[in-house]
Amino acid sequence: MSLISTLARLEAVESGRARPLATVRHRRISDEPLVLVPLTTAGEAGAPLGALVGTDRDAPRLLTVAQPRDRDLRFAFLGELAEAVLPYLDTYAEVIEPAERNETDPETGKRVKVEVELCVDAPQLIVPSRPGIDFVRLLGRSMRFRRTAEDDPDTPYPAPPRVPLLGRWLTHYGERARVPGSSLLLAATDLLNRHWATGQSSLEDQHLGALLAWIDPPEGVSGAEAALRAELDRDRGGQLRCPPAGPATDPAFDNRLLAPAIEGYDRARQALAAAEDGPGAEEQLARLSAAERDIRELLAGVMRPTWDAVWHGLDLLRALPEGERVADRWTRDRWSFTGHRDRVRAGEPPQPRLDDAVTAAQKLASRETAQAQLEAQEALDDPLVFAGRRLSGEAFLSEVTEVVMAYSESKRPSPRPLVTVRTDDRPHLEAGTKVFRSLDGKPQSAEFVRSSAEDADDNDADGVLVLRLTDRMGRGKEPAPGSVPEKGDRIAWTLFEHDQRGGPKLPDPEETPWTHGGPPGADDATPPHARAEAHAPDPVTEEDFL
Amino acid sequence: MRGNAFEAKVKADGGTELMRLLSERLSGQSPPPASGEVLVPDLSAAGPEGRTARTALALREATEARAWALLDHPLLALEVAGSPAYLEPDAVVVRPDGRWTVVEIKSFPMIDGSADAAKVGAAARQAAVYVLALERVALHTAGAEVADRVLLVCPKDFSNLPAASVVDVRKQLSVTRRQLARLTRIEDIAAGLPEGTTFDLGHCSGEELTAAVESVAAAYAPECLSACELAFHCRHRARAEGAVETLGRGVRGELGGLTTVGAVLAAAHGGAGDPADPTVSALRRAAALRAEALAAAGASGAPADGAVDGSGPAVSAIGSANEAVTCR
Ligand code: SF4
Repeated sequence: MSLISTLARLEAVESGRARPLATVRHRRISDEPLVLVPLTTAGEAGAPLGALVGTDRDAPRLLTVAQPRDRDLRFAFLGELAEAVLPYLDTYAEVIEPAERNETDPETGKRVKVEVELCVDAPQLIVPSRPGIDFVRLLGRSMRFRRTAEDDPDTPYPAPPRVPLLGRWLTHYGERARVPGSSLLLAATDLLNRHWATGQSSLEDQHLGALLAWIDPPEGVSGAEAALRAELDRDRGGQLRCPPAGPATDPAFDNRLLAPAIEGYDRARQALAAAEDGPGAEEQLARLSAAERDIRELLAGVMRPTWDAVWHGLDLLRALPEGERVADRWTRDRWSFTGHRDRVRAGEPPQPRLDDAVTAAQKLASRETAQAQLEAQEALDDPLVFAGRRLSGEAFLSEVTEVVMAYSESKRPSPRPLVTVRTDDRPHLEAGTKVFRSLDGKPQSAEFVRSSAEDADDNDADGVLVLRLTDRMGRGKEPAPGSVPEKGDRIAWTLFEHDQRGGPKLPDPEETPWTHGGPPGADDATPPHARAEAHAPDPVTEEDFL
Repeated sequence: MRGNAFEAKVKADGGTELMRLLSERLSGQSPPPASGEVLVPDLSAAGPEGRTARTALALREATEARAWALLDHPLLALEVAGSPAYLEPDAVVVRPDGRWTVVEIKSFPMIDGSADAAKVGAAARQAAVYVLALERVALHTAGAEVADRVLLVCPKDFSNLPAASVVDVRKQLSVTRRQLARLTRIEDIAAGLPEGTTFDLGHCSGEELTAAVESVAAAYAPECLSACELAFHCRHRARAEGAVETLGRGVRGELGGLTTVGAVLAAAHGGAGDPADPTVSALRRAAALRAEALAAAGASGAPADGAVDGSGPAVSAIGSANEAVTCR
């Protein structure tokens, strides 16, 4: 935590209300996000218990599993989830615009431009909390290798039709969520924590109800007090008034309400099975439906507050104007979505269980680039983030006091004006350090020449810096109009680059060096059956939890 | 519960499956012992002392016999702050070469060979304490050695088939050793309490108990919330004192000698503190930069690079979104 964010937390403690950590919104919030509130079963290592899902805040779709140990019921749940999510993804997959992409021509090996499709917008998934993102990954992993009856008529437990496809999409979204600055799959808590500092620790900030209470407490109550209530208040039956945002449930709910309801359901099922087609069957069937309805009501009751909280959080976030460079990152998300759409359409197999060495290294490198890019873009978009970089000596705000024209010493001299600026900041500069400013949205660079200590009569020489502009002034001898600052201009400089580029290029997976295991599948030591197994379904056992 | 059923399954048939996993992960090429070859000593005895003594005896016997043995839920003792604490690992395996290995059986899944890092970390810390306790027994057993690598057994993928992995706990061992050595002895803490202080629920009222708890110094940090039943109490107290640790352990380090919210803010806003103190001057600069940025954003919404985009005031918009708070 930077000192500025720490201060924001302390201010929040003092004022009893969250304080801003950003002045613009640093993530895209789609006009029509799909919100997913999942629940898992206690003690069942992540077996789904229920979910609220949908794009209409007033009408979530309720999905439940009455008996989480029953594979058929779990499969039915996953099938319904696929029917709730996939049509949403499909609507975005169809709306496209033409775009160009650089590709390597397989024959000539040259880089060429290819015409491709790019989806004009991408579907966005919002879950309440970070464990929700992990659960999306878990669901994706468990579903993408499943076989449907159509894939394989002999499969012992065929999955409902579109479940493997949903698995591939959730896997894609789960992976994308690891890329810093991506907005395809977001947790409401992460979003809120990025933009506000509360008067509690980051551990407590994982509680969505408490977090919202700090940011937007009800009338007449301080954020601190409202947060405490959200954490601890229970009704007379001992149930939390603000249930946890999941996917885990509160033990008091599991033991006192859910367990008896599930037992009731089990009994009703046994009674129905015993009645067979006899005279009592109809009555037993009605009992079973009633038992199932009970469970649905219970689950809806603990998920609905979280559902509403997520939308409440989105309202708060939407009230912030979007940062200028958010659109740039969203375009990358659109490419990511389109790319996966194309892989699915091309009939490629599901993502492997483990990445090969090159893919893993590539992912890591691109995430590092994305991180650097995010940090730079957030600072440029937001004076409050920029202030943090000023504090750490990585940026400075200055006023131009003098511009002296100068030229490079080459045969065709180019303009290299010397710009003298005054600053109260303390950037970490040494002779030759490169600095950047934004000129019409593009970076212009300069190098640090000296602190203007020569001006002996200036007692404040400390804050006077001489910079030499080095680019973006056009091709002529005279700099292009507007490309050189003028006396009195206030300019923000950074010591970091504005456009972060990727590191050294990695080989294609087919070229993986032997030191890193060689190309996937080509290894002689890998027996053919092992290669086929990469996409094989998981072995099934009677007691599977997912 | 799934966890118990899984543990029973792993240990079933005299530990055949467990031994297979252990050999596969730890013994290189040597085959697992045949099912009749593994001793499964009865460890039941009266009281914790009885059970720890029984465990120590079984460990000694198996080691002397140079046999394979599976100790199911042995009981170990470890001195913590001068008092014995009893510990019950899921299992300890003795190998013919005299090596003792702690086995932890967990119910979180190991998917594609890896499990949740936080959960594995917690299991490793837990297992390290068992290793320390075992080392004390090994000290008195000729030919015994406690492995600093433990076997973690989890359900494989989405099934209840076991998968095992070896966890090196050397780091956790040294951390735990250091922490144990640093702990103040309980007698010393007790000596500092007022005469007659009791925590006995049967013999004191709620107020007396609160007073008793308050008389003991506590060093609350947010991590307590997931580890200690007194956390809400200690948090309440720490917040009332304005302790900066309530915001996180790291915060304290950033703030030098300033320990309360009030003191930090007073220093940051120029009301107190020595400007020559580097913490104070850093705080003042941070506060000034923060205020400047907020004012700039509130006034014009201009981004840092000066490219005014006409977006409205950012900060003030928030308070007006007066939506219903769901959790009320
Ligand atoms: S919460 Fe528990 S561990 Fe933390 S300070 Fe209080 S008593 Fe100690």
